[in-house]
Amino acid sequence: MSMALDILSWFCMLAGGVFCAIGAFGLVRMPDFYTRMHAASITDTVGAWLLLLGMILQAGLTLIAVKLLMIALLLLFTSPTATHALAKAARARGLQPLLAPGEDPSKP
Amino acid sequence: MFAAGAIALLVALALALVRAILGPTVFDRLQAANTIGTVAMLMLAVLGFLTGRPEFLDLALVYGLLNVVGTIAVLKFFRHGDLGAPGEGVEPHP
Repeated sequence: MSMALDILSWFCMLAGGVFCAIGAFGLVRMPDFYTRMHAASITDTVGAWLLLLGMILQAGLTLIAVKLLMIALLLLFTSPTATHALAKAARARGLQPLLAPGEDPSKP
Repeated sequence: MFAAGAIALLVALALALVRAILGPTVFDRLQAANTIGTVAMLMLAVLGFLTGRPEFLDLALVYGLLNVVGTIAVLKFFRHGDLGAPGEGVEPHP
């Protein structure tokens, strides 16, 4: 049983690490601010949760697993708030999104 | 296994640092700072497991909280020009 748990947690950890790297890579590669924010949120959600899940599987039913769950819940509530505040502030300061040529932002 | 996770997190940290340096607008840098905070929090948790010290998880939790509060404070500064400005819908105190 513990062998299966080890393999599963090993896979979750690796996948989480890969998603964190992908999110950060998207942060560098994306053309404009609003698309970068989308890429950065991949690290906050999938990458973080897979990593934490891998560690929870390693920790088993202990206080450590509860602390890891608290970290996951903290991320669940605070990262969307921070991203929303960031987008609102950027929009309020008049940061224009990079649109395709000839696209008119006023029309949906 | 934790070492592999730690290395992936280091790569993510380096890429976020590149964006923090390159970022044309201040909001790109703030987004990079937010990502660096999250990755640092995860790195703390992974290192806690690597070195077998569960106290690191409490550090990660507190660091995550501080990171968000810092981001919101800097945002408010850049949006209103100073930290003292009231939020929307709040009439300025006399």
